[in-house]
Amino acid sequence: MTLRGRVRTGVRAVVDALFAIGLALLNPPVLALWLAGLLLSPVPVLGPEFLAVATTVVRWRADLERHISTRAGAPIPRPYLPAPPDAEVGSGRWLRWIITDPATWRDAVWLLPGALVAAGLGLLVVTITAYGLLGVALVPLWLFLGDVWFGYGLFWPTANRAEGWLALPQGLVILGAALAVAPLVRSVHVRFARLFLAPTRSAGLRLRVAHLTVTRADAIDAQAAELRRIERDLHDGAQARMVAVGMTIGLAERLVRRDPAAALKLLAEARAASTSALVDLRHLVRGIHPPVLAERGLEGAVQALAMHLPVRTAVTSRLPGRLDTPLESAVYFAVAEALANMSRHSHARAAWVSLSHADGVLTVEVGDDGDGGADPGRGTGLRGIERRLGAFDGTMAVSSPPGGPTVVTMELPCALSSPRT
Amino acid sequence: MRVVIAEDLTLLRDGLTRLLEAFDFEVVDAIDNGPALLPALLHHRPDVSVVDVRLPPTQTDEGLKAAIAARARIPGLPVLVLSQHVEPLYARELLTDQAGGVGYLLKERVSDVEQFVATVHQVAAGGTAFDPEVVAQMLARREPLAGLTTREHEVLRHIAEGRSNAAIAARLFITEKVVSKHINNIFAKLGLPPSDDDNRRVMAVRMFLDG
Repeated sequence: MTLRGRVRTGVRAVVDALFAIGLALLNPPVLALWLAGLLLSPVPVLGPEFLAVATTVVRWRADLERHISTRAGAPIPRPYLPAPPDAEVGSGRWLRWIITDPATWRDAVWLLPGALVAAGLGLLVVTITAYGLLGVALVPLWLFLGDVWFGYGLFWPTANRAEGWLALPQGLVILGAALAVAPLVRSVHVRFARLFLAPTRSAGLRLRVAHLTVTRADAIDAQAAELRRIERDLHDGAQARMVAVGMTIGLAERLVRRDPAAALKLLAEARAASTSALVDLRHLVRGIHPPVLAERGLEGAVQALAMHLPVRTAVTSRLPGRLDTPLESAVYFAVAEALANMSRHSHARAAWVSLSHADGVLTVEVGDDGDGGADPGRGTGLRGIERRLGAFDGTMAVSSPPGGPTVVTMELPCALSSPRT
Repeated sequence: MRVVIAEDLTLLRDGLTRLLEAFDFEVVDAIDNGPALLPALLHHRPDVSVVDVRLPPTQTDEGLKAAIAARARIPGLPVLVLSQHVEPLYARELLTDQAGGVGYLLKERVSDVEQFVATVHQVAAGGTAFDPEVVAQMLARREPLAGLTTREHEVLRHIAEGRSNAAIAARLFITEKVVSKHINNIFAKLGLPPSDDDNRRVMAVRMFLDG
């Protein structure tokens, strides 16, 4: 890390320490509120309502702590179990959900020790920093306030101006030490918070099960819809055309002796119909599993895709091997969807796709220089990508400020097969 | 005229063999897998070969790869590539060596027998012939090449599909003289230096495919 980077990290950690002290002051009243909520919960009607408010406040405070940890580069996942589907706030089932979730209790237990640790460590960092700043500013302060200082650092008391000036280098060293130590102290603070605020092993597994249930349902729905679409396309397209081909040839057969000219015309018609049936089948196949994907893998298929677009699209790929077939297909259609969105909405003049794989994660970026303002909450296209990738534990992030540029980043954990030959 | 066929489906391989033999081609080899294709092409040096993109054992693009590899060893070895689907990407790869004598068609075009045989002859003679669908896909995506009029663009499209000047004239209901005037304009606008006509046609098609 560069010196500048170190200083920036240090300053940020000191600021975080200041925040941590402030937030620690919130903890005792929050704890008091929650204990009150717990005590009052047997009171009919009002009790559960009050507990609901108190729990919300506790969770808000814990989430704030998790957010700070995420900012410090060590994200703490939320541990709470999902609410039961039709439990009204304050109902018996709702109460049971709150009370039986271990995370509720762990939050409450954390509040006091968390505050002590945060305040203690925060004060340490802030004090050292402040003392360093004092050394740097000693002489000007001396001149400004008059002779009220007893001493600084090694010189105690400060005998004369020269020794006063020597406070400057000492202050700088102390300030430097404070900035160097602050991130370490912050990581201790985060680690302590993690002990209480991260999901336990079993809570982690329960959350994972909940996530898998949702993504599996999505995947099954998507597959069923896909099969239904294929069935309909075949039924209305190629199948119907082949019926027509058979009928036309049958007619031609009957006519061939009596009216060869008419039979010839029918045969030409049949051939034309068989050609359209093939066109239908080709479109269908492209939608199921594009042949170029089977032949060339993701990289070649995305390149072929880029050639079809009205917008100039550069494809860069650093994949040392091929992906598993189901994953390859999911990523291909996700990229296709992202590119289709781009050419429909963004008015971009240039676009790019990059594929890379590192540390067991495939990263795909689709970017353009268009209008920006893409919102995954609004468009069904981006939402569809998210669902497609969800089945593979993949995630999607969209950065699209108004005025552009838009970058869609998809990440999927996966292994690559052995390098191509 | 000696021809090598590579197609894994027996029905189609026999059909192609029968068809070409009916039009006085001599089928010197009919191959059903990828690894055997390159040696066969290098060994027989056929006047033209008809190759399926997808061949066993991998069922990927082995036919295409073998065709390109053979043309790298024997520049301009005429190859007509057939496939169940067409990709502009593959068309561009076939044209990168700029040697001519390449074609790329959907398999179903074989059903128009006379047109198909004409295309085989054209490729054997060093021409280029791309499926109308490749051409249509290229046209669908971008604006016309810089400075070409609609008419010139249309002519270029027919060149890409492998039509002779006479055939283009017949399609567009204009005289051959007008066609060659259009073609000269196209060459000039694309900045193609004067050289032999076939070579410039190949270059123009390549620029067309590159968009």
